[in-house]
Formats: sequence, C-alpha cells, structure tokens
Amino acid sequence: MAFFLETLIAGLFAGLMYGLVAIGFVLIYKASGVFNFAQGAMVFLAALVFVSLVERGIPFWGAFALTALLMAIVAVAVEALVLRPLRNRDPLTLFMATLGLSFVIDGTAQFFLGTDVHMLDLGIDDIAQDYGGILVSRFDIVASLIVIALVAVLAAVFSKTRMGISLRAVADDTLAAQSIGIRLPVIWRIVWSVAGFVALVAGLLWGARQGVQFSLSLVTLKALPVLIIGGFSSIPGAIVGGLIVGASEALADIYLGPIVNGSVSTWFAYILAVAFLLIRPAGLFGDREIERV
Amino acid sequence: MASIQDSAPDAAHVAPAVSTPALMRLALVATGLVVAFGVVPAYATDYWLSSIIIPTIVMGLAGISLNLLQGYAGLVSLGSAAFMSVGVFSAYNLILRAPDLPLPGVFVLAGLIAAAVGVVFGLPALRIKGFYLAASTLGAQFFFQWLFTNYPWFSNNSQSLTISAPRLEFLGYDLQSPHGRYLLVVSVTALLIGLAFLVVRSRLGREWMAIRDMETAASVLGIRVARRKLEAYAVSSFFLGITGVLWGFAYLGTADAHTYNLDKSFQILFIVLIGGTATIFGNFLGAAFIVLTPIVLDHLVLASNVAYLSDQGAITNLQRVIFGAIIIFILIKEPDGLSAWIRRGVEAIRGRLAS
Amino acid sequence: MSLLSRTIALAAGAVLSAAVFSGPAMAQDGAGQQLYPLFTYRTGPYAPSFIPFGAGNIDYLRYVNEVEGGVNGVKILIQECETAYTIERGIECYERYKNGFNGALTAAIYPHSSGLDVALTDKARLDKVPIVSPGGGQNIATDGRVFPYQFPLIFDYWSEAEIIVDYIAGQVGGHDKLKGVKIATLYHDSGYGRDTIEPLAILSKKYGFEDIQIPVPHPGEQQQAQWQQIRRAGADWVFLRGWGVMTPVAIKTAARVGFPVDRIIGDIWSGSEDDARPAGAAANGYLAVSVFPPGTDYGIIRKLKEHIVDAGKSDLKDNSKFGTVYYNYGVIEAITFVEALRTGQARFGNRPLTAEEGQWALENLNIDDKRIAELGAEGLISPLKTSIDNHKGEQVAAKIIQWNGESWNTLTDWLKADPTLFADAIKAKAAAYAAEKGITPRVDASN
Repeated sequence: MAFFLETLIAGLFAGLMYGLVAIGFVLIYKASGVFNFAQGAMVFLAALVFVSLVERGIPFWGAFALTALLMAIVAVAVEALVLRPLRNRDPLTLFMATLGLSFVIDGTAQFFLGTDVHMLDLGIDDIAQDYGGILVSRFDIVASLIVIALVAVLAAVFSKTRMGISLRAVADDTLAAQSIGIRLPVIWRIVWSVAGFVALVAGLLWGARQGVQFSLSLVTLKALPVLIIGGFSSIPGAIVGGLIVGASEALADIYLGPIVNGSVSTWFAYILAVAFLLIRPAGLFGDREIERV
Repeated sequence: MASIQDSAPDAAHVAPAVSTPALMRLALVATGLVVAFGVVPAYATDYWLSSIIIPTIVMGLAGISLNLLQGYAGLVSLGSAAFMSVGVFSAYNLILRAPDLPLPGVFVLAGLIAAAVGVVFGLPALRIKGFYLAASTLGAQFFFQWLFTNYPWFSNNSQSLTISAPRLEFLGYDLQSPHGRYLLVVSVTALLIGLAFLVVRSRLGREWMAIRDMETAASVLGIRVARRKLEAYAVSSFFLGITGVLWGFAYLGTADAHTYNLDKSFQILFIVLIGGTATIFGNFLGAAFIVLTPIVLDHLVLASNVAYLSDQGAITNLQRVIFGAIIIFILIKEPDGLSAWIRRGVEAIRGRLAS
Repeated sequence: MSLLSRTIALAAGAVLSAAVFSGPAMAQDGAGQQLYPLFTYRTGPYAPSFIPFGAGNIDYLRYVNEVEGGVNGVKILIQECETAYTIERGIECYERYKNGFNGALTAAIYPHSSGLDVALTDKARLDKVPIVSPGGGQNIATDGRVFPYQFPLIFDYWSEAEIIVDYIAGQVGGHDKLKGVKIATLYHDSGYGRDTIEPLAILSKKYGFEDIQIPVPHPGEQQQAQWQQIRRAGADWVFLRGWGVMTPVAIKTAARVGFPVDRIIGDIWSGSEDDARPAGAAANGYLAVSVFPPGTDYGIIRKLKEHIVDAGKSDLKDNSKFGTVYYNYGVIEAITFVEALRTGQARFGNRPLTAEEGQWALENLNIDDKRIAELGAEGLISPLKTSIDNHKGEQVAAKIIQWNGESWNTLTDWLKADPTLFADAIKAKAAAYAAEKGITPRVDASN
C-alpha cells in the first residue's frame, strides 16, 4: 500500500509539472485561438538564456528579470511577424506556423548560445525525505508550491484586472470584444509575454531536473494529453488534467507495463484522453461549447 | 470554436485539373506519364533518383493521402506516419510469412490493414472535432511506435528491431537498382493518383466535400455522415499504408518504429498546407520543398565557403532558422499553397495561347 | 515574379548547378586525395555530443595532414554533410559521397548513427562501400562472411553486458558470489536499449544473479515510477542503458529515491561529461563503461594539444571539451580510418584507396600493442584485429570510469570480454539473417 501511495504521489507531482507546461498552451489558445506548438521551444529558449546569463556571472534574479524581458520581446516579435499577417486564417495554418516558429526559436537560441548541455542548480535539494514512511523529494514540494502560486497569481490577474477581463472578453467573443474597443494586438502581446513567463518557470523547473538542453522542447508532447483532458482553454483544467495524466501514467507504468512487455506511458495518456473525450467531450472544465456531431 | 472544417478552402473548385478543358487535361496526363516513365529514368542520375526524386514522389503521395482526409473530407490527423508504419510492417510480415504472395498483392493487403487500423483510430471523429480530434490522433502515433518497439515479432525478432527491405521483384524483374525502385514508386504512384481522382470525383468524394463544407446540411440531405467520415479515414489510411511501404522498401531500404515518428507526420501536414489543400499535384510541390530545402541550404553553405569562416554548428542551426522562416513566409504569402503557382502557370499559358 | 518564386528559383538553380558540376563551384580539386565524408549532426537533440566528437575526428585528421604530411603522403579531404541524425538526410549524404568527390576517392563511410548504419546495409552491399560504425554498429554484422561491407568495430552491447557482470562479480568477491545479487537494467525502450535483454538472461542463468529489466520510454524525462520499482525490488546494482536526456534524469531520480549512485553503472552512451554534469551533485561517484577513455594524458592527445589546439587549428570552439569522452571518441574513430588507409596502402600502394580496397583494409586491420605505442595511444585504445570472420575486432575491452563531480577518473584497466561466450549465438543470428535475405555467406578470405 505504501508503494502504491508513493507511486501515486510521485505521479501527482509529475502531473503538476505537466500542468505547468500545459498552462502556457492554454493562455495562448484562449487569447488567440492558436495551438502554439512553439511553446516547447519557448521553454527551451527561456531556460537556455537564463542559464547562459547565470554562467556569465549575473545573479539569479537579474537573470530571471532579463530572461522574462526577452520573452516579452519575443512575444511582441511573434505578434508582429507571425500572428498579425496570419490573422483570420484557419487554425491548422496557424498551428503549422507555430511549428515553423519553433524551428526559428530553437535554431536562433542555439545559433547564439551553442548546443552544450548546461547544469542548472536552483539551490533546492532534490533528495528523498521520509514523511511517515513515504519518500518525497523536497524539490517536488517546492516545485509544486511554485506551480500553485503561479496559478493563483494568473487566476487573480485574469479575474481582477482590466487586462484579464479584456482577455476573457476576447476569448468569449473576439468580434464583440473588438467592437467595444479592445485592441487585439495588445492582448496578444501581453498574453504571449505571460506565456513566455510561464515557459521560463517551466524551463527552470524542468531544466533543474534534466539539464538545460534541446530535449527540454519535447515536454510539449507531455502537455498534449493534459490539454485534451483538461480542455484547451481552462487553466484549472490544465492543472487537474495534469494531475490525472501524471498519476494514471505512473500507475499504468508500474501495474500495466509488466503485463504488456514494456513501459506504456508514451501512449497511455493519449488513449486515456481519447476515452475521456468520448465520455465527456467538453473536457473537464471546457468553458466553451465544444463542437459535437 | 472556429473549426478546421469551416475554414478548409474549397480549392477543389479552382484546382487546375478541374477547370482545364478535357483535352488539355488529357495532354497534361500524357505529358506527365511520358516524363515519369520516359524522360526521368533516361536522364536522372542514381544520386538524383535515390536521394531526391524517390523521396519527393513518396512524400508527395503521403501528402495526397492526408489531403483526401483533410482537404476533401475536412477531417484532421496528426498521426499520418503511424498508418505508414502499419503499412510497412504489414507488408514485411506478409512477405515473410506468405512468400508466395506477389508484390501487388502485398501492397494492396498492407494498404487494407492500414485502412482497418485507420477506421479504429478515426472513431473519435464521430464525437469530436477540431484540435481535440487532432490531438487525439496523436494517440495512434505513439501507440504504434510503442507496439513495433515492444513486440519484436513484428520485426521477425531482429536485434535492432529494424526491418530491412526484402528483395523487390515483380514478374521476374529485379527492382533493387535505383531505376528499378524508381519505376516501382512511380508506377504505384500513378495508379494511386488515378484512384484518388476516381474517389474524389465519385459520390463518395462529393459527399465528403458536402460534409466538409456544411455538415448539418449534408446530414439533412441524407448523407450518412458518420459512415462517410470513417470511410475517409479508411481511404486515407489505405493510401498512407502503401506510401509507408514505398518509403521503407523503395526509398530507405529499411524501417523501424522510429522512422515513422511525429516529425514525419508533421512533414506530411506541411506538405498539404504548403502544397495546397484539396489539390493533387500541389502535394508534389510541397514534398519537393520539404525534401529539397535542407539539401539546398546545405549546398549553399558548402558553396559559399562560410563554413570555413565561421562555426559550422552555428551555420547548421542557422539553416534550421531559415527553414522555419521559409515555412512561415509561405504560409503567410501563399494562402492557397504552392499549387497556386501551377494555377497561375496554366493561366499564363492559356493567356498566351488565346492571344 | 514574386520575391518568393525568385528565391525558390534561385535555390533550385543552386541545386541544379551543384548536381551538374557534382559539387560546389568553388570547391578545390580533390584528385590524389582521400575523401573522408564527415556525417554531422550539429542540430537536434544529439548535437551536444557531436560537437566534441566531430572535433576529435577533424583535429586528428588535420594533425595527420599537416604534421605527418598525410597518410604516406596522401592528404585526407574532409567534406561535411549534415544528417540532423535523420535517416533520410543520412541517405542523401551517402549518395552524395559514396563515389567520392571532385576526384577524391571514398574508401569507407562512417555514418555516425546506428539507425543509418542499418539503413545503409543493403545499399552498401550493392555499391560495395564499407560502412564503419565504431562502438555503434550491428552486432550480427560481426560476421563478415554475411556482412562483407559492415564494420561494427571495437564494441557491442552483449560484450558490454558481460563486462558489467564481470565488474560486479569483482566487487562482490567473485563470480560464485553473484548468486542472489540483484542487477537491474534500466534501458531506453528502443532496439538499442532492448539489445542487452538476451545476453543478460544468458548470464543470469549462468551465474545465478537476479536479472531485472525495466524500460524507460523515450525520451525519458520522467522516471519516478521506474526508480521506485528498482528500489522496491531491492536491486543491488543498476546497469543504466540510457540515451540523451534519460541519463541525467536517471541519476537525479536515483538520488530522489535514495539509490546509491556508486552502484549505478552507465552504458557507453551514458558515460560522457554531458550525461553526468547536468545531474549536478547527485552524480558524484557515478560509474560508467568506457571504450573511449577520457583524459588528456595520452601521447597522441598531447600532440593534438600542441600542434592543433594550441596552434589555433582545432575545430573546437570551446577548449574545455578537449580530452572529453566524445572528443577522444572522435580521435579514436579517426585513428581507425587512418590505420585502415595505412593497411590498405601497404598492399595496394601509397595512393588514395577505392571503396573495394578500403573494404579489404578494414577486414585486415591489425592495431597491436606495438602499433598502439607508435601511435601514442596506450591506454586510449585496446588492440584491434579484424578478419573476414570478425568485423568487430577479436578482443572487445572496456574500462570502468567514475565521475568525481568535475571529470571522469579511470577506475580500472581494460576489462576484456570473453570472445567465445556469445560468438555462436551471434553467428546463428547472422546465419538466420543470411537465410532471410537470401545471402550466400562468403566462405574463404580469398586474399
């Protein structure tokens, strides 16, 4: 039983980390209807820039602020060079454009900063501690607190501030929002900047675990089933979806894996997500009407 | 939610083959056949055949396969490569375990197996649309990569889990040489293009387009929407399965689960978007773009001698940036894809003929 | 004509001219030189390992060209071709250079990717071009009678499994003490990773240790469940067969579940600086198998430092990579190429070799202790002798190295695998392959 609990808890922690990546997608999808495949490249870019700055002797918070600023610049550039020219085009074209964008972002990052693998030390111990017979890593606890704090801040921003309300208006009805004077390009720039900030946080937490390298951009694939389950446009959905995916994946690998001759977590989350959709097509927290046949 | 269906351009109406008069169409087909079976084999070198022409044709065919689903039926798939892998692993096992089966039989059966799998993984399309559907098709992608890695039976217990192309023979002809493989590819492609035209012009194709353009109306008209959607997945997967066999056996000479990864699926999607949705020939332009651009960039670097002046690693990363930028540029500048060029070209010729 | 169509036209023109003139217009004449097509992957997830690896290759060949005046006077012409670690682009590179380049002859091709090595098997057989993959070839291709043109030089994973078990036996006090010891293999879920399942099952039966196999799906960025399984099973040792990001995550996760890091032995592809360093302090004491021992204290590496690196001629942009695992791997690979050229020239004359001659040379390599001493490579490479029966080298050997937080320490001398242990099993697999493909094995080295 303790083993089951430990697996479950580890899965939930992993799930929060998936959820963190998924939030970046959700923000952008809400504001601009784009499924932003370049989110993974943004995670990689942010982590690489941050770690390069730290290695050049810039203190933690200085590097953090500079990287966040750079992500905002990237957001403005993306809005001007990609989103605006592609306005009113179908979602698949936009999706493909973000795929091209991911080549541009990770290529540029490595063009300037090289392809080396970097170690990233956030100063949080990543060793097991015993809590009533169950081993939990302090890093996991801190990381989870960061994710929860981030979600709380985002929720507050979106429900209380003028910008947040404008964003919800855009998400609900783009045309109506524009007609009452909300300027779409401004919203896009802000939301992409916030997504860039989320990418930075995700990049640091993931990078501390696996080193800062190109593979960071692959975390995207983990976020997709989370999005299917949680809904593309719900931040709480992303977190809950992440928890479901993380926990079920860990349990499936332990209990189902040996039966079928290998680890199952690459596809298990997708099958789970599809099954979920068939039962509940609107997603967990799908706050907009989903098209059904 | 703005669905993918609503916005799929109805380019079918403007595709050159449809708008050109019958005589001209016939001339085009004849020219195409002469070029494909006469001119190309006579003049192309082994290098061009093996590393540029064959992959371009096969990827173009993959584009056509996805286009049937996406451009005509308005459905989406991000898992195209998975169906290609089903095709090639089926073909390998058919040849291995039923050695008397002639090559055409292998191709058809492999396609049919892929089609059956396509129907299963197309089931979510009956309930969901748009990006939810797109993301759920990724399940196929990861599932088959896992399946062919975890069950070595599929690769005849090969140590590297890789299957290698069997000897390709048809009616006693050895198809191993670059020319032989080219002829195999181009014959299968010609037949499949013919089939694609038949399907698109048939009642099935018309009903797909009706569903794509106005689903509710289509069902009111008595079109069995659910069935037609599954048929779209079946037909598209049939094509993809055969494409997968060509990619593995006639081009790479080998295949493993990783050969048909997510990148390949995305490449096929690129081909459709860059070539133009709901066109047949645009796919080959898109495929040529995908195959040629990295090679061209590599040659340009060698030719310009910048490699000796600067960091080679940085240069190759720059190629990646340029490739991404060209994709974005084409998406922005050519909403109808590169097939718009064909159309303009045809119109220009006609204009000249008329004057 | 729009700007776009002009760009594309320009690009198409460039390809045409490149193909028509069979190479870039400004390229130098290669006549009288030996071509070394360098298959690169400077982009993508595996680029970090390529950069020092490629530099080791280039630096050694530059040293041979500039300091030694070529191989018996024959200069080596390096031509890069980016594969991005994909098979498609690798095939294009192969087709581009299999027949040489501007008059320079191709004697052998090093594909630098196990997947590409397999993909080129049939093509190379038709084209009669030797494909050489030191450390990463197909084990069944050891049988040169069935695979005349494949050279999986130096190492294979079956021997690696055996060396690991021998090392652990040494640690627990002998092979007879292995009974009841639990050895968990944590493997990358791919053909490469699954390759050690079979030999370990055989060894487990032979010595009585408990064999636990646990897969990690690609890319391996999340391994909590797997390590909990390892801890729950009470494993004593972990054989870590990682790839890319899987290795540092494994080391970190081991620390999280409290598994001692000095009981984890990494595979050769889990044993570079870039595998250990990202794991930070958790990696202190981590062990790995090494066929490409790191360090700068070898004669040839010191010469490279003096003549190439300090002279500003190195391909390295970051000199801290000098003497790393992948840099030395590149040097070792280039040594196999140059020594093959010497072997061939001794028979065919001091001129560039053709692919057919390269095949003969690779099949008759004999880098013995005397030659290793002449090369200044003592401790860097172990003796390598090939024959028609054995395209890998008769004696496979590896060292165990340990990460000290900054760099690797070498713990052992060469640990030698028993060449007879798996030889029959591999021969049988090769025979099955020959039967499936309808290949008649060559019977005799008709030199």
